[in-house]
Amino acid sequence: MVTIYLTVFAILALTGFFAGHRRAIAVAGGNTRALHSLPTYHGMYTLATVVIPMLIVLLVGFPLVNMLAGQSAISHFPADLQADALKRAATMRDIVNLAGGRSMASVTGELQRAAASYSNVLNIGNWIVVGLGLLAGVGAIFLATGRISLTFRARNNFEKFVLAVLIACSAVAILTTIGIVASVVLETYRFFFDPAIKGKPGISEFLFGLDWNPQAAMRAEQGNIQTAYGFVPLLVGTLLITLIAMAVAVPIGLLSAIYLSEYAGPRVRAFAKPALEILAGIPTVVLGFFAALVIAPSIKGFGESIGLSVASESALAAGLVMGMMIIPFISSLSDDVINAVPQSLRDGSYAMGATKSETMKLVILPAALPGIVSAVILAFSRAVGETMIVVMAAGLAANLTFNPLAAVTTITVQIKTILVGDQEFDSAKTLAAFALGFVLFFVTLILNYIALRVVQKYREQYD
Amino acid sequence: MTDMSFQGPAPAVARQATESADIFKKRIQQRYRAETRFKWYGIIAISFSIAFIALLFVSIFATGLPAFTQHFLVMDVPLKAESIDPSGKRELKELASADYFGVAGEALRDKFPEVTNRRDRTRLVQLLSNGAADPLRAKVLGEPGSIGSTAKLGLPLSANADIYFKGGVTGIDKIAGRGVLTPSGTTGDISLTSSSNEFSSRLVVIKRDIAERARQLRREADRIESSGATAAQVQQLREEARVLQGRFDAVSGAEALDDRMPSMLVAVNGGIIKLTRIDNATATGEVLRPLSSASEARPGSWEVLTLTTPESNRKVTDKEVVWLEALKSQGQIERRFNWGFFTAGDSREPELAGIRGAITGSFLMLIVTLALCVPIGVMAAIYLEEFAPKNWITDIIEVNINNLAAVPSIVFGLLGLAVFLNFFNMPRSAPFVGGLVMALLVLPTIIIAARAAIKAVPPSIREGALGVGASHQQAVFHHVLPLAMPGIMTGTIIGMAHALGETAPLLMIGMIAFIVDVPTSFTDAATVLPVQIYLWSDLPELAFKAKTAAAIIVLLVFLFVMNGMAIYLRKRFERRW
Repeated sequence: MVTIYLTVFAILALTGFFAGHRRAIAVAGGNTRALHSLPTYHGMYTLATVVIPMLIVLLVGFPLVNMLAGQSAISHFPADLQADALKRAATMRDIVNLAGGRSMASVTGELQRAAASYSNVLNIGNWIVVGLGLLAGVGAIFLATGRISLTFRARNNFEKFVLAVLIACSAVAILTTIGIVASVVLETYRFFFDPAIKGKPGISEFLFGLDWNPQAAMRAEQGNIQTAYGFVPLLVGTLLITLIAMAVAVPIGLLSAIYLSEYAGPRVRAFAKPALEILAGIPTVVLGFFAALVIAPSIKGFGESIGLSVASESALAAGLVMGMMIIPFISSLSDDVINAVPQSLRDGSYAMGATKSETMKLVILPAALPGIVSAVILAFSRAVGETMIVVMAAGLAANLTFNPLAAVTTITVQIKTILVGDQEFDSAKTLAAFALGFVLFFVTLILNYIALRVVQKYREQYD
Repeated sequence: MTDMSFQGPAPAVARQATESADIFKKRIQQRYRAETRFKWYGIIAISFSIAFIALLFVSIFATGLPAFTQHFLVMDVPLKAESIDPSGKRELKELASADYFGVAGEALRDKFPEVTNRRDRTRLVQLLSNGAADPLRAKVLGEPGSIGSTAKLGLPLSANADIYFKGGVTGIDKIAGRGVLTPSGTTGDISLTSSSNEFSSRLVVIKRDIAERARQLRREADRIESSGATAAQVQQLREEARVLQGRFDAVSGAEALDDRMPSMLVAVNGGIIKLTRIDNATATGEVLRPLSSASEARPGSWEVLTLTTPESNRKVTDKEVVWLEALKSQGQIERRFNWGFFTAGDSREPELAGIRGAITGSFLMLIVTLALCVPIGVMAAIYLEEFAPKNWITDIIEVNINNLAAVPSIVFGLLGLAVFLNFFNMPRSAPFVGGLVMALLVLPTIIIAARAAIKAVPPSIREGALGVGASHQQAVFHHVLPLAMPGIMTGTIIGMAHALGETAPLLMIGMIAFIVDVPTSFTDAATVLPVQIYLWSDLPELAFKAKTAAAIIVLLVFLFVMNGMAIYLRKRFERRW
């Protein structure tokens, strides 16, 4: 049905363009120079007047019809089923499947009637929407061509429309943020405060609990097992892996940047810079596979050969590979910062007889420090939010430990573990993932803000 | 210092001068050393990164390249009418549903008439992949007239047999016999007697191995004793250790070979015997391939094969090794390029699994992403760079875009799950939804790149257009935008490459399901290449490890091409003003 509508849409839009174009030429009597705007703009103006109402009908009409059809179908069922969100959703799925002609295992008379009324309402409603759209489009063409005259400012009007489109496109970024905030905040609110959710923890229990075991919490509805949504082990695990990553990435990334910007000749640079860019472009799922295939077994093998017990999914392996992922990030950001330090500072230092390394350590690095600190903070926030490497190389069990050779789990791993596969949207377990997402989103937001402030506050102005 | 030279060469001063010169020399040397050290830190850091990349590529390619080829059994298969078309009507429907795997299996069994044991016959047939039925079916359906004749066909081997031929199962040491070997029979359990001490060196290794096992058992016994196990358990371990130690101590005693030791096979008189018990010069064993005769074998005409991986540690048994080697020696095993990897969808069986479904899914998803984020991103960039008034709303939009670029990708997955799937009731696992999420994810990248490209166009272009009477929008759309296009394209390709490699948000919206069919529309359930990699990497079968690495190679090739394109565009069209 949407396809039919879109076809009608396209035809009417084109018709609108040509109608406006011809009408303008007709009004000018062939002498287009008498017009305020070029005939093309009259055509575009007419097209724009068609697009706006038809788009509105499309975006409002079909979802509305869908909703009405769903309501009319569900009204065939008793009120207690309608009140239960979970059963209601399941029934709706059955109705849609049945109406879509897919075979079902057990079909009750109720379901049959509901499906019939669903497809009935949907069918009629969709045709009404198409009719409305057609009406709106044709009406718009007549309205717009009616306005065309020698003095009509078609270009200015069309440009207003274009500007509105441009603004709408910029607003998509805002809408995305609103969408993210709304989804994590709403679900997190339900996780903590919705009375309909069973087995949920209190806020302090979540923030300070030392046990994380969402599986046990699922069973709590049947048995009598304590709910376990303690956030601390995840935080410790995330921090442990991130700190290992930073311990690898900060020195290597920074030293690489220093070497490339101050010491390396053009040949080394031509080779090493693309190499770091390649590292930056490798998908994290590849790094995760590499961590699990090569790094983790060799760390385990090495550890055991010197008599240490190493988990096969040790935090060290995940942290090391994550550190490698972060290196290009730190090195390219520090490179920019180091290059931004004015040459005059360098020259002054060399004139005093300082060597390159002394200049670097005593002059350039202090001058570039705010930028470097901000780069490190950004890298930290990226490491906290990284998912695939830890999913593939870190563990699932939430151990509260600082031992880098043990298996730990992270926030992102738990989000992924909980949300992959079929999930019921109203269980505490699913909502817990959103609460973790909330934490993740705001932690990265705050880190980014701090990084920005560090640069703003401590940056030296040289010009 | 300068004062001193005026005072003339007084001895004390001169001494002082040389002393301080020494000190300075030392200090300078120190400083130069520090300088060199510092430089080396940089070199080490860079080398570390490059070594890591090299290790990454080498290990991925070494693991993945074998998966691009596959071993086939090329053999004459009799297309017997009674098993393919029992009714004799040549109806397509009946022909299509015939048991072709059974036909192929029968043909293989006929090649090994000595295999009579029911379990062994099953194992023999299982050397073929389930996909072995496909070439047969294609042949019969293509030419129904061929029923009743014999067709020479290449049948894919099972994943384990394939890995065996790629050398991933066991190494084989071959040692020619030094003495004259006399077998006691041609089939069943026989004994072999050699005129020299053929097996003594092996026997020593085995004895040493037994001693080591005994030592381990004793250590284990001590360990569980101290950690509070029952006395009976400890006693049992000690007893086992004692028996093993006894076997070791009996220096000349014969030893039984078990499946925890490397297997020994003897190839003599055209047959193969698996040794079960060896002594210095004699051995007993089970005949796996019948010998042509029980006559004496001259030195050098027979050999001892040692399969270095113990039988219990591998997926291919000794018998299967013997069968596979027999087929290979008859020239019936062929290594071919694995086209199926590119033409098949996912499968539970590694030798049949392909990436076509995943590539199609990635392609569909990228089309949606491209169609959404390029127009939106470019228009947003145009607005922000050219038309936006400088006010707090614009500031918010800008800060917001920079923030979005730093939001973890998994959070976009949460957005997709909560908003697109649950609120708008869009289908799970659909490339359309994946494309939507990816569009939002790469939008900041594209906006930032497009803004930089637009900013790089010099104001004189814009002003020239305005000067001859163009409206602001005409100046932007007719003059600035075309000049900014190469930069925008570069940014777009890099954004697409990012979207192609991204995994985490797609897991959230259910693109992780096991899907065999190749998707044909934007709303079909599908998976994408990186998710396929993740799915395969989780599977326990050894063969999937190679498949995973092979899929990674394909992904990396795609990314390489895309980034190469971006670099080419940048080099070709970049203009300095």
